[in-house]
Amino acid sequence: MTPALQTLGLTHHFGAFLATDNVNISLPPGARHALIGPNGAGKTTLVNLLTGVLRPGAGRILMGGEEVTGMAQDRRVRRGLSRTFQINQLFPELTPLQSVSLAVARRMELDGGWWRPLGHGGAVAKEAAEILGRFGLSDAMGRRVGDLPYGRQRLLEVALAIAARPRVLLLDEPAAGVPEAEREDILAAIRALPREVAVLLIEHDMDLVFRFAESITVLVSGAVLMEGTPAEVAADPRVRAVYLGEGGHD
Amino acid sequence: MSVPDRDAARRQLAGLARWRPAEIAFWVAVLAAYALFPQRAALIAEVAVIALFALSLDLVLGYAGILTLGHAAFFGWGAYVAGIAASRGWEDPTLGLLLGGGTAGVLGLLGAPLVLRGGDLTRLMVTLGLATVLHELANRFTGLTGGADGLQGMVVGPLLGMFEFDLEGHVGAAYALAVLFLAFLLLRRIALSPFGWSLRAIRANPLRAAALGIPLRRRLVAAYTIGAALAGVAGALLAQVTQFVSLDVLSFQRSADGLLVLLIGGVGWLYGGLVGAVVFKLMQDLLSSLTPQYWQFWIGALLVVLVLLGRERPRAWIARLRRPAEGAAP
Amino acid sequence: MLTVLFDGIAYGMVLFILACGLAVTLGLMNLVNLAHGAFAMAGGYAALVLVNAWGVPFLAALPLVFLATAALGALMERTLYVQVYARSHLDQVLFSVGLIFMAMAVVDYAAGPSQQFIRIPEALRGRIEVAGVGMGIYRLLVIGLCGAVALALHLALARTRFGSQLRAAVDDSRVARGLGINVGLIFTVTFAVGSGLAGLGGALGADILGLDPGFPLRFMIYFLIVVTVGGTASIPGAFLASLLLGIADVAGKYYLPSLGAFIIYGVMLAVLVWRPQGLFGRAGVR
Repeated sequence: MTPALQTLGLTHHFGAFLATDNVNISLPPGARHALIGPNGAGKTTLVNLLTGVLRPGAGRILMGGEEVTGMAQDRRVRRGLSRTFQINQLFPELTPLQSVSLAVARRMELDGGWWRPLGHGGAVAKEAAEILGRFGLSDAMGRRVGDLPYGRQRLLEVALAIAARPRVLLLDEPAAGVPEAEREDILAAIRALPREVAVLLIEHDMDLVFRFAESITVLVSGAVLMEGTPAEVAADPRVRAVYLGEGGHD
Repeated sequence: MSVPDRDAARRQLAGLARWRPAEIAFWVAVLAAYALFPQRAALIAEVAVIALFALSLDLVLGYAGILTLGHAAFFGWGAYVAGIAASRGWEDPTLGLLLGGGTAGVLGLLGAPLVLRGGDLTRLMVTLGLATVLHELANRFTGLTGGADGLQGMVVGPLLGMFEFDLEGHVGAAYALAVLFLAFLLLRRIALSPFGWSLRAIRANPLRAAALGIPLRRRLVAAYTIGAALAGVAGALLAQVTQFVSLDVLSFQRSADGLLVLLIGGVGWLYGGLVGAVVFKLMQDLLSSLTPQYWQFWIGALLVVLVLLGRERPRAWIARLRRPAEGAAP
Repeated sequence: MLTVLFDGIAYGMVLFILACGLAVTLGLMNLVNLAHGAFAMAGGYAALVLVNAWGVPFLAALPLVFLATAALGALMERTLYVQVYARSHLDQVLFSVGLIFMAMAVVDYAAGPSQQFIRIPEALRGRIEVAGVGMGIYRLLVIGLCGAVALALHLALARTRFGSQLRAAVDDSRVARGLGINVGLIFTVTFAVGSGLAGLGGALGADILGLDPGFPLRFMIYFLIVVTVGGTASIPGAFLASLLLGIADVAGKYYLPSLGAFIIYGVMLAVLVWRPQGLFGRAGVR
């Protein structure tokens, strides 16, 4: 099967510093894949390369077998690559409904239109309400985003990414900063993501990773250390060695 | 998803576009002002021109978040195009208006890539530079523009072939208000459309907007172009109503006046430009009758004080009158 | 030809003295202070009063002008500017445009709208000929003084403790604070020195640039070009950008009198197309 997302020999330097070193990753459609690694392993750089914020020094990125390596960020999104951010990137002054609606309108290719109002015809509202419902945000749809509790903002972050109806979704530390009690909500939400979406989870919380991922890539110093099932990764002495330096992963 | 949620969502989105009583009252008041003060027709026309200019600036500055010090470039361009057209035998005012606005829009489209090339500082420099260059050109090509003496010999034909412009300016004021209202309707639609929302998204958080797949550059270029065209219409309107164009249509003062109007009325919502224009013009009249020579000082002081007090304040007073869920519209 | 180059260099040197303070404050606090030219104008008028009305010798008046505008700068920074650091660029633009208008009106009120001339001693009025190049003595003095100031600035930034603290604060004010550097004080001092230099430039340059209430607006575009082309917080960048701008402007007006006024915009355009981040810029200020 053609991978939903694939990198071939992806390499990137910052000056003399090798941030991404010949990385090969392949996500089949519907994958539940996690990317882990200690601080400074190059996870953020890899996300920036995949989404088009950075252009790689060498190597290729394919989506559904098609080259997207030099493609602008917004065009990748329209090809079906969506992401969340490690630090919330929301519209604090808008409501969740307005935020998701404009994302839905974008996905429906309506956002170049300047004549009909955003809610025209009800199709946008219908889909936006459906997405908000899926993330348990229906009751908050009319509130100011900036006034929502952090955990719910985090859910909205995922909802916005999903509104683009991606084929590949990059989740950049979705549980970062979320209080212990609300982590289950996040996990439940990302577990309930549509099965046809390939998900790449970048996460520090190993508990979350092992409960979510079906396969894991371990990144160290910009290069892939190993790839395998959660059980294989957990058993690998090299991974243990890397993480012991950080004080273990549990 | 439950059906009530869906209906609530639909209602909330549809509610954004609804005309609120306060809006209708505002326009009724405008009509009433026109009917009640026939002897102030010239002033009303002038306020309408300033309001239209401020609206166009708000699209660029408030909605698209593009810092500009030279929006007068498009205003002056529109004024000179309409003025020169009228002085060369193209008497129809509608044609002049479209010519002024259309060519200003083209100018905006051509200038946009330069303006959007860098950060805020670059934008300030390029916009100011463009306006200064046009000012200098208008000053230099006296054969075309009349230079420092101003453009003479404009002949503006009857409006729609029916209404002659009268000396008291009644037709002129009605014309200016009608153009302002049409432009407002257009901008209101734009602000409420998905395009308008994508501009808001870009200004609020460009990173997220890009991640949603919104093509930032193309949206900003479009907003800048529309803003330029509307500023051109405002300039053309001024030229036709006063039947005169002088160099000050391109001056820095003109751009700064636009900024002050938005500062008074509030940036990023359409009534800000309208309310600001009324307050600004009344205040200018008052100040220049008190201290004819130094009203510039008070304009400056007002800018400083309003910024120090907080730009959001006037708007917050008005926003308090509205329901919070509708805070972002229109 | 060389005379034009010479005049251009003198002009550029004055521009540098005028604009360098702006470049540093912009880089340090991300403060868009369009009213920088108002301090230059204040310096020019201070020199006017000192020399023409009080009879202070021209050269003795210069340091006094520097101190006076620096004091004015410190006062304004502590009372007003400090309140807009954290604001958006839009707020800073509106605020500083307001200051410009106020300054222009005050000067207009106090000294009238016409152009003013500072009495320069006869000894500086003449021209000398060196290897066939005619050079005005006054411009020679300007080049010498501004060159000395530029060198002193460069050394102060590169060699002194204050300079290294300033550079640290420019690079990352949060880290600098963490290191115990008093960023607020550094900024006040920098702002004051920048204003003082602008005032000095206004006084020295009055003869070259002209002096009237329209000064801050007329030269706003020059300052913007210098900091954009030169890159913010870069003294050598601002210096080279100023020289480039000065030479281009003078040469343009000399060789193409009909188009001369547009040359600087040509320079601006060329740099923008070729190097959008400025000749020596960092992508920092947005």
